[in-house]
Amino acid sequence: MTRQLLLEHINVPGINTFEVYRRMGGYSAVEKAIKTMGPEGVLEEVKTSGLRGRGGAGFPTGMKWSFLAKPEGVPRYLVCNADESEPGTFKDRYLMTYIPHLLIEGMIVSSFALGAHTSYIYVRGEMMQQIRILEQAIAEAKANGFLGKNILGSGYDLEVYVHPGAGAYICGEETALLESLEGKRGNPRIKPPFPAVSGLYNCPTVVNNVETIAATVSIINDGGAEYAKIGIGRSTGTKLISAGGNLNKPGVYEIELGLPVEEFIYSDEYCGGIANGKQLKAVVAGGSSVPILPANLILKTIEGAPRLMSYESLAEGGFVSGTMLGSGGFIAFDEDQCIVRNTWNFTRFYHHESCGQCSPCREGTGWMEKVLFSIENGQGRSSDMDLLVNVAKNIEGNTICPLGDAAAWPVASAIRHFRDEFEWHVNNPVESQSRNYGLANYAIMANS
Amino acid sequence: MSEGKIKVSIDGILVEVEPGTTIMNAARQIGGDVVPPAMCYYSSLEGSGGKCRTCLVKVSKGSEKDPRPMPKLVASCRTGVMDGMEVQNITSPEVLEARKGIVEFLLINHPLDCPVCDQAGECDLQNLSYKHGIEETRYNFDRRTFEKIDIGDKIKLHMTRCILCYRCVMVADQLTDKRVHGVLGRGDVSEISTYISNAVDNDFSGNMIDVCPVGALTDRTFRFKNRVWFTKPVEAHRDCPTCSGKVTLWYKGEEVLRVTGRKDEFGELEEFICNDCRFDKKATSDWVIDGPRSVKNTSVISSNHYELPAPPPVIKENLKLQTENKKQLERAEKLK
Ligand SMILES: Cc1cc2nc3c(=O)[nH]c(=O)nc-3n(C[C@H](O)[C@H](O)[C@H](O)COP(=O)(O)O)c2cc1C
Ligand code: SF4
Ligand code: SF4
Ligand code: FES
Repeated sequence: MTRQLLLEHINVPGINTFEVYRRMGGYSAVEKAIKTMGPEGVLEEVKTSGLRGRGGAGFPTGMKWSFLAKPEGVPRYLVCNADESEPGTFKDRYLMTYIPHLLIEGMIVSSFALGAHTSYIYVRGEMMQQIRILEQAIAEAKANGFLGKNILGSGYDLEVYVHPGAGAYICGEETALLESLEGKRGNPRIKPPFPAVSGLYNCPTVVNNVETIAATVSIINDGGAEYAKIGIGRSTGTKLISAGGNLNKPGVYEIELGLPVEEFIYSDEYCGGIANGKQLKAVVAGGSSVPILPANLILKTIEGAPRLMSYESLAEGGFVSGTMLGSGGFIAFDEDQCIVRNTWNFTRFYHHESCGQCSPCREGTGWMEKVLFSIENGQGRSSDMDLLVNVAKNIEGNTICPLGDAAAWPVASAIRHFRDEFEWHVNNPVESQSRNYGLANYAIMANS
Repeated sequence: MSEGKIKVSIDGILVEVEPGTTIMNAARQIGGDVVPPAMCYYSSLEGSGGKCRTCLVKVSKGSEKDPRPMPKLVASCRTGVMDGMEVQNITSPEVLEARKGIVEFLLINHPLDCPVCDQAGECDLQNLSYKHGIEETRYNFDRRTFEKIDIGDKIKLHMTRCILCYRCVMVADQLTDKRVHGVLGRGDVSEISTYISNAVDNDFSGNMIDVCPVGALTDRTFRFKNRVWFTKPVEAHRDCPTCSGKVTLWYKGEEVLRVTGRKDEFGELEEFICNDCRFDKKATSDWVIDGPRSVKNTSVISSNHYELPAPPPVIKENLKLQTENKKQLERAEKLK
């Protein structure tokens, strides 16, 4: 059984209450951090742990924290990104629903390390249930002296507020999130300046994902070195993977980074194989924005080495034959799934969610959606694939925020790996309306 | 090197600028073809820029201290220069390629109704597409359309033409009080609008018309009166209690058809003018005439002025630029 740092007590009845959480050893990280370690000590442990951001980009958390500017007399903020809206990703919601105090405890130690006295949890607007759960948890923690003024008699004050979003995916992008938190239209900011220098209300700010913040708790309890022993290479620790699609056992799993993808999909401890005895066709490994890979390339790298669930291994082969760990939204497609339809569906999402600030993303996402829609509906042209690749290329890297890239990558990768399926759609406009293409043509791909 | 200044090279041309200058403004100090096109940046509007992406350039050397190139193209209007930075604009095929893509994006949903658009002839989007665009369209779908609305009795908003540069929002925010218009909606259906079609009504609102790079905001007192290239621009001023009173009058024969602010070589207003000067002073007797306005040779307004399309002097001094601008140089040499 994999070590469970986040979900260890998830099945303990009443773990969502302060009382049971505390009985299971909860809030000891707060005591340890405040009484014996000091802010610098916490920062050092997080650096040693090698923890990387779990929101998608995988940026080393210790390094992010050490970039935080600390001018005299200016408040600093910690903002927890709980906007979780990436299609395929549902791990933060799980954590907040069942073990909310882990996030609150993480908020306290992280805020303490950063010297923040006001911190926010920005929760996706649709998650009303989780907003209430978090508010309840905050109230309990406060009633027990772990939040508010003079925490544990140390003189450290901290208030944590829950802020509901209003239902825009773009508000998960950290600077759009800050705009939204300030009460403005959720347009991503043009960087620089980065939030570490000028974030919320123009003050130095750290934005971290829910899981990142929750992970600091075991880092404090067991030490950064202990955490770093788990995992492989620069992918240390455990990671929540939200597995969905045609799997026997979809759900949220905590894995040790470095677990072979094959084991994750097929072993009974995890997803238990493809549902209904079907064959695996393709996988989107890290949320809808990462490149989609056909079954052969997700199980093994192009060199033939087993693919592992780690930042490095998934990225091996770059954009030609690799993908990304992203946010850990793992979507499996069986032989009956249509890649064209799926690509259109993803693109429809990005088109709908583009904030519209910059021209490549505003116009390009809609264009790609329309082309994909016409291919899917038997009205494609043979030039459409090249057109899509070109439009994706014109968006990628030319936008204000990474949503442009997130929209371009699924399209570019789907055509890269499943071009024959797209061509089949275009060449068989009638037949493609009544049946699916089936498994990918791996032979063609190995040669190209 | 002069006191406190830093050196940056753009397309191989060295320029010394104050620290904190953006690449765009450094390029403007050089002038000529190395200036990236700007559809959203407006130097007098705080926070403008970064949105249209037409000004993307390549930073091939970050700085003297950290010579690594920047991984992506950057928006020159919002990226500060560093000492020793090397920037490529028209000398980078990658930049020209990306810019073509951006122009295409700006055009796919544009109505291309130039024949009936008041802005034609002085439209930044028209100029941009002539210079950087491709000739045919690859877009086969219906274009996005909006209803035209009147915002107040003087300004027409034709949202279908808008490129969402946000300039007018910033004018409303920074020049006038009680802003009642902004961006509604999201993505490619976001639109400039007023709160329940409120009138935009205050002394400086008319400047929105001048900052709008396209024909989305037009002067209702001038709409459909004439094509701009048939009108004659004349500089004039008056003693105005509200603004500087320095304007351009656009004449057809004896008649003043329209009044605008004075624009500089980058198409930006030198000074914002008030609505009184703009909309209500349309008699020659209201004004003291300063003289005819000189018109840049790239504008169709100058179509009847036969000036030599001389290449900017910088090109003559620079080998790299000469290769890039071969055609233009050849044309100039022939004319001589
Ligand atoms: C369009 C877009 C949406 C994003 N949505 C989320 C999100 O829902 N949750 C999240 O944690 N990070 C999201 N991110 C990433 C954040 O910008 C940011 O990198 C992250 O919150 C940093 O936290 P970390 O370092 O702990 O990963 C998104 C990024 C983009 C570009
Ligand atoms: S890339 Fe898209 S979402 Fe991001 S700022 Fe530009 S238009 Fe908005
Ligand atoms: S109406 Fe004109 S100025 Fe306003 S955003 Fe649109 S293009 Fe820009
Ligand atoms: S002028 Fe720089 S992005 Fe528009």
